[in-house]
Amino acid sequence: MNELILDIDDLSVIYKTDLETVKAVNGINLKIGKGKTLGLVGETGAGKTTTALSILKLLPENTGKVTSGNVKFEGTNLLEMNEHEIREIRGGQIAMVFQDPMTSLNPVMTVGDQIAEAIIMHNEGLSKGEIEKRIDEKLTMVGILPSRKTEYPHQFSGGMKQRVVIAMALACEPKLLIADEPTTALDVTIQAQVLMMIKELRNRLGTSMLMITHDLGVVAKICDDVAVMYAGEIVEAGTVHDIFLGEDHHPYTEGLFGSIPNLSSRTKRLNSIPGLMPDPTNLPEGCIFAPRCKYCMDICIRVHPNTVFDETHSLKCHLFDGKLRRDKQEGKSEKQ
Amino acid sequence: MDNVMRNSGISFKKQSQTKEIWRRFKKSKGAVIGLVMLVIILMILLFADFIAPYTAATKQNLANKLQGPSLAHLFGTDSYGRDVFARIVHGGRTSILIAILSTISSCIIGSALGAIAGYFGGKIDSIIMRSLDIFMSVPDILFTMAVVFALGANFVNLLVALTLAYFTNYVRLVRSQVLNLAELDYVEAARAGGASSARIIASHILPNAMGVIIVNTTLNVSKIILYESTLSFLGLGMPPPAPEWGLMLSEAREFMRTSPHLLFFPAMAIVLTACSVNLIGDGLRDALDPHLKS
Amino acid sequence: MKNNKSTPLIETIGLRKLFKLNGGARLHAVDGINLKIYPGETVGVVGESGCGKSTLGRTILRLIEPTSGQILYNGSDITKISAGKMREMRKDLQIIFQDPYSSIDPRKSVIDIIAEYMFIHKVYKNKIDTYNRAAELMDLVGLARRYSSSYAHELDGGRRQRIGIARALSLNPKFIVCDEPVSALDVSIQAQILNLLMDLEEELGLTYMFVTHNLSVVKHISTKIMVMYLGKCVEMASSDELFQNPMHPYTKALLKAIPEPDISKRDEEFALIKGEVSSPINVKPGCRFAKRCDFCFDRCIQEDPNLTEVSYEHFVSCFLVEKNKVEK
Repeated sequence: MNELILDIDDLSVIYKTDLETVKAVNGINLKIGKGKTLGLVGETGAGKTTTALSILKLLPENTGKVTSGNVKFEGTNLLEMNEHEIREIRGGQIAMVFQDPMTSLNPVMTVGDQIAEAIIMHNEGLSKGEIEKRIDEKLTMVGILPSRKTEYPHQFSGGMKQRVVIAMALACEPKLLIADEPTTALDVTIQAQVLMMIKELRNRLGTSMLMITHDLGVVAKICDDVAVMYAGEIVEAGTVHDIFLGEDHHPYTEGLFGSIPNLSSRTKRLNSIPGLMPDPTNLPEGCIFAPRCKYCMDICIRVHPNTVFDETHSLKCHLFDGKLRRDKQEGKSEKQ
Repeated sequence: MDNVMRNSGISFKKQSQTKEIWRRFKKSKGAVIGLVMLVIILMILLFADFIAPYTAATKQNLANKLQGPSLAHLFGTDSYGRDVFARIVHGGRTSILIAILSTISSCIIGSALGAIAGYFGGKIDSIIMRSLDIFMSVPDILFTMAVVFALGANFVNLLVALTLAYFTNYVRLVRSQVLNLAELDYVEAARAGGASSARIIASHILPNAMGVIIVNTTLNVSKIILYESTLSFLGLGMPPPAPEWGLMLSEAREFMRTSPHLLFFPAMAIVLTACSVNLIGDGLRDALDPHLKS
Repeated sequence: MKNNKSTPLIETIGLRKLFKLNGGARLHAVDGINLKIYPGETVGVVGESGCGKSTLGRTILRLIEPTSGQILYNGSDITKISAGKMREMRKDLQIIFQDPYSSIDPRKSVIDIIAEYMFIHKVYKNKIDTYNRAAELMDLVGLARRYSSSYAHELDGGRRQRIGIARALSLNPKFIVCDEPVSALDVSIQAQILNLLMDLEEELGLTYMFVTHNLSVVKHISTKIMVMYLGKCVEMASSDELFQNPMHPYTKALLKAIPEPDISKRDEEFALIKGEVSSPINVKPGCRFAKRCDFCFDRCIQEDPNLTEVSYEHFVSCFLVEKNKVEK
């Protein structure tokens, strides 16, 4: 396998308040290869955003806490860095794009000044002319006329704002871009435009990406690898081929695909997953998906499953214990 | 009815929200201290007749004038030889009663006007808000003075003057709350269910605006206590010889150098009362804020 | 399905809603919509934000008063009836809201929210019957009775949306406007709610107007689909026909833009239209889509295209399609 840019090993994060302890992320492993895009898929509360925030040490200080694990960025552990060192990384080598473009932009600063700020923070000593040149360059890159740099965020539409945010994120040519649901707040046709742009820029600049999304369609369009997250654990990971074309799947992944209304075929009912995600303050003892799983066996309730590996594919499910290739029918008969 | 309902698996636990608010209120030390202080103050005022006779507060005894604190006169006596302690204990009754009553009346009038202006909007809103602007362009103190001068200083007129001076706050406050709340889907949902405007305002909008109104009302009580003292100080309050905190301050002014206790005790009474009400108001604001719900 | 062809359950004739903005500008939210919804149908209304689809749904229910045009319910005009009569009419015409967080009064318990409409219309003589009916509705939408005394903020989005559905069903309506009922929910919960809505449709003989921006959802649930752009209907056809044979350039682009969970289409170009939805304020004459359309020609800027039936029950509003039809 090629060189890794980001290697998360056994990361666990909790949120602790007076009343309760929320286990947001529980021992996850994630690897992103250089120039690759990893899609982190899951529903609200699965721990996707928490994972992203802990990479950059941006967890809320008084409640969020990393309890175990390493986050290695090009071989150095980010979690051991002090505040000064990590600030050098943030926005410099690793940049982040959030879901809501309005909250990431300062409403009283022109977009040009905001991009300039991002450039200056990591490139001291650039001349005024050079900075201006770079701003124009970045805006052109995301498809905005450089003449609009003197405008304020409210003069831009939602899609355009997200482009500005992406221009800011790419201002210092980061090696890794973390995008947290970057297109969720946008209309379909605008989403398509922004996704195309992200894809094109990534290919041209060779940026690695961590794409956080709940939309399997977005994953299919731009990711190379996929990790499916559920209640703080990675239940299945692999290449897009493993996930979209492979035969063996975690029951949750299967449920996610079944839940999406299909455009090509007309089914009367969706195969929804019954029930809800478990309470993160009180996770089940065995498999976290067992209460909602239609293949649930005795062992699933008692024993927490281990991850089983294929070459590129990994699964965390008792159905696949010891071997990856296994007929689903067998799983069903065991249950009966 | 509860029993019948429980059989079909339905339960009611209506108090839970009140309990929840109380639980959060208790968390704030300041609020609890304020509450205890206010309860003590109110108890003293309520049982004033048992603590010190009213005659001691009004009967002049020039032989005993301007005495310092002593066992016979805990807070000393004033320039007419009246017992300061008794005057404070009885004086607070009028002050606080006026403060509470005028807060309630200004709250009711202001909230109703604000709710109407905010909910119906358009012409009604313009008429209410523009007349309010006229009201607010006259300084409060000038306005109250005019009312009291015109009608004469007594309990009812003071009440009217203070209500007129303070109801404008509530109109603005409630109107802005209603404007926000009327936008929400659950108000539209009630309309979609065929609810009348009166029902929507009474059962959906006002209860949800209540938190803010309650907090403002508490804070207003202390403001009015202070304001009313100011009026009395200026000689626009209750006519003498009725004991009244602001009036006592005004009378003490002449003897500030020689008998500072005349100034000190009524001032303390005002400060402590205003302070306790403010503490409670702050605590309530935190307790009622849904964003702080854990 | 369309056996009752003679009288649609809901019909709008030239329905128009203009919002007057400060400074005299006019926002054309809904601009001359003619729509027939027959009993038992589910009509999907799709479009991007700002196209007026939500306003249309609310205008049909007169939650927003129309500027002009008519709304017929079972053939009789409800546009001019009094506020009191309209309140009575609301028993039959209901709405399910998008946001399960803002559509429920935070100070009322679940059972009271569901019972509220029945109390307003005094459906039952006493409280016990009303609450029992509310409990039955909870069963119907799959909400455990133990939540009856909970407050909405204690429940998750899916359960809250079930409360909204139970409330909408409480007066036995004939017609329900579903305003993006699943777009605030997670995929797995979204599927649960869609299944529930489809089951209820069958069980209770409901007619839906399903407003959404999500094309895969609309295809799944609708029998007929109307595509809206800046207040106008650009294309309307049966669900299958629209997806197999889209004719308007906007519909085509919209269909292409959906990222499908299918990696065989990974490298296809999917952003077909450039630019953004233009402003619905003070629109100029001519086709609303002309600015973004690759096939735009002179006539598109000068005239408004009409909605014409190009094949059976398939309506398109585009000069290009009209021209092709004549050439054929």
